[in-house]
Amino acid sequence: MEISLRDLLTVLHGIGFGAILLLAFPVMLVELTRMSTAGGRGPSRREHQLLLLCLSGMAGLAWVTVFMGAYVIYPWYRAKPPAGITDLAGYPQRLLMSSPTTTGWHDLGMEWKEHVAWFAPIALTMVAYVFAKYGSALFKQRQIRAAVLTFAVVAFLAAGVAGAFGAFLNKFAPVRGGSIIQIMSEKSR
Amino acid sequence: MSPSPTQRSAPPTRDAVAPDAVDLPTGPAAAAILAAGIGCLVLGAFALAGDASPTVGRLLTVYRPTGPLSGVTLGAIIIWLVVWYGLSRLWSGKRVAMGGVNLAAFLSLALGALLTFPPFMDLLQGK
Repeated sequence: MEISLRDLLTVLHGIGFGAILLLAFPVMLVELTRMSTAGGRGPSRREHQLLLLCLSGMAGLAWVTVFMGAYVIYPWYRAKPPAGITDLAGYPQRLLMSSPTTTGWHDLGMEWKEHVAWFAPIALTMVAYVFAKYGSALFKQRQIRAAVLTFAVVAFLAAGVAGAFGAFLNKFAPVRGGSIIQIMSEKSR
Repeated sequence: MSPSPTQRSAPPTRDAVAPDAVDLPTGPAAAAILAAGIGCLVLGAFALAGDASPTVGRLLTVYRPTGPLSGVTLGAIIIWLVVWYGLSRLWSGKRVAMGGVNLAAFLSLALGALLTFPPFMDLLQGK
């Protein structure tokens, strides 16, 4: 059993970081709403620290995900094939654009994903900062709370768009190549 | 050994440990919220500029393997942080009317999101 380096890093980017981030969003949104509207009471110190840790972790994860996507995976995706090459399997962007039935995955999917994904770390950093700064006082600040929750939802949607298109893009034109990593030898099975 | 009556009846001290239950000035939050909106708007504007103009696209290529996306993202991050820092200095310790800040931040966010949407980009460029 083996995997290429590019496959491994793409999986790490999409499932290792991106999917964990997406899974954490609903929990974060529920907790953020609950704690900032807790019937006139703020969260306890422990609740505050736990949610702050969660928000900071999510912001960090979002930054790692977008930087890895843009500066590690994307160059492999957009690599230009040498002149005369006919097998575009190692050039995902060109492979998608070579057929009218798949070009939309690049023109809409990748073009949107590569930009909108950055909304998530920017918004999450702001959400984590405001929660760290105001904590339990958020429940008294209705307008700040509204902005924080709106940006948190937008971050979720942006990450969702990026994640969904990423999954489809990797299905139609996977990023492959690089050195081969042997995970398990046939003998060890 | 059973717990003493005092230990048994002790209520949870939720409010006693709440860290920030005081009225804080809204300035720091306003700065962070508006800067986040502006950062998203700048990202959308850079994305459109890089897509619409090959010259701008070349200028935005600060890391060749990533292409114009490198300048779009790094430029937006730098502007977002500079705006955040500037607004934080301006509004430090002040009470800022959040209605206007939220409106500006939401509009920036919405416009930024629209500018990243390829069909809208194409519409603006007449494609």
